[in-house]
Parts: sequence; structure tokens; C-alpha cells
Amino acid sequence: MWILLQIELFKIFKRPRTYIAFGAIAAIVFLIQVALKFDGKSYIDLLLSNLDGSFEMDDEFKSKMLNGYLICFVILNTLLIQMPLLVALIAGDSIAGEANMGTLRLSLTKPVSRTEYMFVKFMASVIYTVALLVWMALLALLGSILIFGVNDMVILRSRGLEVIESFDIWWRYVAAFGYAAVALTTVSALAFLLSVFAENSIGPIIATMSIVIVFTILSEMNIPIYDRTVKPYLFTSHMVAWKGFFYMKSNAEGATITGSVENLPAIMRSLLILVIYIGLFFSTAVWVFRKKDILT
Amino acid sequence: MSLIIEVKSLCKQFGDFRAVDDLSFTVEAGQVYGFLGQNGAGKSTTIRMLLTLIKPTSGTIEIFGMNLEKHRKEILRQTGAVIERPDLYKYLTALENLRIFTAMSGCRIPERKLMDQLEMVGLAERAHSKVKTYSQGMKQRLGIATALVHDPQLIILDEPTNGLDPQGITDIRNLIIRLSKEMKKTLVISSHLLSEMELIADSMLIIDKGKKLVEGMVSDLFNPSETIVELQTTNDELSLQQIKDSVFAGYLKGLRNDCILLQIHKNDIPAVMKSLMDMGIPVISFNSRYSLEDYFLSLTTGNLYVDTAAN
Repeated sequence: MWILLQIELFKIFKRPRTYIAFGAIAAIVFLIQVALKFDGKSYIDLLLSNLDGSFEMDDEFKSKMLNGYLICFVILNTLLIQMPLLVALIAGDSIAGEANMGTLRLSLTKPVSRTEYMFVKFMASVIYTVALLVWMALLALLGSILIFGVNDMVILRSRGLEVIESFDIWWRYVAAFGYAAVALTTVSALAFLLSVFAENSIGPIIATMSIVIVFTILSEMNIPIYDRTVKPYLFTSHMVAWKGFFYMKSNAEGATITGSVENLPAIMRSLLILVIYIGLFFSTAVWVFRKKDILT
Repeated sequence: MSLIIEVKSLCKQFGDFRAVDDLSFTVEAGQVYGFLGQNGAGKSTTIRMLLTLIKPTSGTIEIFGMNLEKHRKEILRQTGAVIERPDLYKYLTALENLRIFTAMSGCRIPERKLMDQLEMVGLAERAHSKVKTYSQGMKQRLGIATALVHDPQLIILDEPTNGLDPQGITDIRNLIIRLSKEMKKTLVISSHLLSEMELIADSMLIIDKGKKLVEGMVSDLFNPSETIVELQTTNDELSLQQIKDSVFAGYLKGLRNDCILLQIHKNDIPAVMKSLMDMGIPVISFNSRYSLEDYFLSLTTGNLYVDTAAN
């Protein structure tokens, strides 16, 4: 199994198209960092303009706000919405791409069971997803820390500003990136499932993105009838729950509690729903593929 | 001789279409087994069922004495195959492709042996070139190298000479003969190049519309010594009458496309030809022809003789 996984990873990382996603992430992160380096104050002013007049900040506070941790949070907010496309590029190609190249039939005449084959293919796309996130973490978190330095992190919430002390941030980012990995794996599993039905990779990639876009629109829509009937069951409603790791509990006096997470059970419930989706997508893909006649 | 493949009552239904219909055949160890049929006859479907790419609707397949469904891995470990086009990873080199498919076959083969394999198919010098730079013939040879690299006992080649130039066809033919005669491998080969099959196959199976038409040793099924002769004269009707009235009337098979057809044993051709000339029949040309192609077409179309030029 390990050898098969090595083969899959070798094939993925030997293809130039694999690096498009890494290049795109580097470009976007770099552009955000450059923009905030030269015009960060305007950005902070824009953020604070949503608050009422009682929050008057001096320039020193604003410059402390603009630190590596906040920049990473901004980048995560921006990029995690776009990353499904980058993930679908590889996952949607896993089976359909092999069928298109004609290598699927040769591979399946080798003494490898179809379940094993699917498992290593999926694992390879999960590893690719994690690699993308690690790359993003390196650029967005470490890169921003190097450029902007560290300080306490200020989070804007509807009820006002919350400050997370700098020593209380790292574990939140680890948890957030871990959660994002599961969220993107859900998209990867969907693209992987659709890939089984197609004979070229364009179809599954477009279909995956269409589903993600439609589900995201439904998740974001403020129509009461959908709130309890549809939204809780859409995986896209749960993909953004990583933000919850940056929301803290408050004590009776209204002060935030260091090391706390406001609604951990809700995050765990969302995580469970995503894991169920992954299991459902993957097991359906295996079931279909095991029965499929290879005619390409 | 032991049986390598035993297929019983194999059927494959795609919706309303029956691609393979109650097909049974056996392949013995060490044979070159020709698998013949027109396009759409069910050859590729059968071969794909032998390689577990397509699930049979009914019937059983035993290879090396084991049930294919139950012992898929053990069987495929001893089997090598090229199905239709030898599609490989074009963005990888020949050596990388070979390494991948060797590993997938469950083998650990040193680099030197992989290079030997490429040497055998004449690709050692281009081992580090990407496959996308290869010609069709080179891809075909690399495909065969990937099928042979784990030293399988059974080799299944579906249209191995597709898209090759005459030199490429000769090279593949020589390789097949070498695999069979020197390395004692069992080969199942489907091809539409019947003249090629005539040269290399020991046994053959001809199928049409998914059904078996005939199976057996090439030497038993097809006797090229009983040849058809096309006789062209300046006056076919007169010549035909003269032949009917002569001792050669028994050889007469009819008139087709301005040719009188005679079925004669090869050894009798010189004597018959001389006698016809002596009878004053104005012969323009005297063309002996009877190939596996004629035999195949006669079986699949139901006619004893088929004008291949018209097909």
C-alpha cells in the first residue's frame, strides 16, 4: 500500500499543473502582504469603521493591530473560499485523468485491488490538500510574522473587539489549519467521487465547483425556511467553522477567558458532519468504481 | 499440455446488446493463441474480461487453474497485458513508466534489469526521454516492455501491431516468436492483421457477433495448400464452358469479378496450368490465393470465397 501511495504522489508531483495551485497561493498571499505593508492603516480604518464611535483608537494601537497574526487571519478568510477550486483540480483528475490518458486500464490489469487503488488515490489527493495548506501556513503565518512581527491579535466581532493574547494564538492556528484540512478534504472527496463517473477531468472539476458555489450561496442566504431545513445539512455551511477557534468565551464581567473557545461543541459537530460527508463521498466512489466496467 | 486459460459459457450484456454470447475456449501452456474477429465481434470485451476490466454477466474464467474472480491478484501477478493503445504517462520518462508499472506488479526489480528490458525492446538509448516525445511504434514497444517487465507466464496483447510501420510490425512479430519459442511464454493475441496471425499463431479462435465460430490448431483449421486460383482469360464465358467440359470441372468454383475461380491443391497447379494452355484457353493471368484472411472472411460472411479487394 505504501509503495502504491508513493507512486501516486510521484505522479502528482511530477506534473507541472500540480504547482499551479502552489504558485497561485504564493501570488495571492504575497499581494495581500504587500498591500497591507504599504497601506495597512487604511485597511484597519476600514475594519474599525464598522464599529460605533465608542471605540476610538490611537495610531499606536492600530499599528499594533496590524501584526502577523491578524494578516494571517485575513489571508485565511480570503483564501479558504477559493481553495476548493485548487483542490478540485487534482482530486477531480485522479480517476478521470487516468481514464482520459488510457492509463487506468493498464493500472487495473496490475495485481492491485480496486479498493486499494481508490484508497491510495484518495490518500494522495488528501496529502496534496494538506501540502497546499502547509504551504499556505508557511507563507501566510510565518511569512506575515516575519514581515509584520507579532503582537496580540484583535478580532472584530459583531459585539465589538476581542483581544487574543499573543501566547494564546498559536494553538488556535494549528486547530484552524487542521479544521481547514478536513473542510478541504470534503471538497476533495466530492471531486474524487465525481471523477469516477467521467472520462476527462474537466467535467468533475466544473461539477465540483458548481456544487460548492450553489451550496455556498444557499449557506449564505438569509431565508428563514432554509435555516433549519437545508443549511444544517450542507457541507459548505460547516466549512467556515474554523473561525470558531478564534472566538473566546467571556466571564460574568464580559472579559474574555484566555485559552477558551466560545462554542467548541458546535465546531466539533460541524467537524463530525464534514467527516460524515467525506466517508459518504469516498465510500460511494469506491462502491461505484468496484462495479464499473472499464471501457476506455 | 496444461491449460493456462479455460473460459466457460462467458456472456457479457450491455443493456440490450449482447457483446459476448456463450463463449467457451481453452488456451494451452506455451501456445501463441490468435484471437480473431471483425470490429465489434467481441474480442476486446473478452480480453477485458480476462483482465478483470469488465465483469462478465455470466460464465466462468479460470486462469492457471484458479478462478479469476476469487484469485484476481495471484493471476494478474503472472500476467502481462497491452490493451489496444499502449497509453502511458506521457509526462514521465520511459524508465519512470517502467518503474511505476513494475512496482504496481508487486515486483522489486533493480534499475539495471529495467534497462535490460528497455534494451530488449530497443529503447535503452531513449530511457530518459519523456514518453510524449516517442513515436507510436516506440510507445507500442514500451507498452510491451511494461507488460513483460515482471516476467509473466501469460501475455495478453490486444492489437499489438496497431499503428506500426512495416519495420515495427516485423519487430513485434519477432519479439512474439522469441517470447514463445525461446522464453516459453503463453501468448493470447488479438489482431485484425490476419497475415501476421498466420505467421505466428499456433491456435486460434474466430468469433463473430460475440459467438464462437471456430477454434483449433491453425494447421488443422486452415490448410493453405488447398488454394483458390483466380484465372483471368480474354473470353471468360468460352473458357468457363471449356473447363466444365474438361477433367478439371471438379475444380471449378464459379465466376466472380471477371475471374474464373478454381480450387486446386498447390502441388497440382503447374500441371493444371499447362493443361489449360494446351486446351487453348486464352489465359491472361493465373493468380494463386488462399490465405487466413480468405478463410476468416469466408467464415464470417458465410461464403467460401470472398473478394477481399471488395472489402
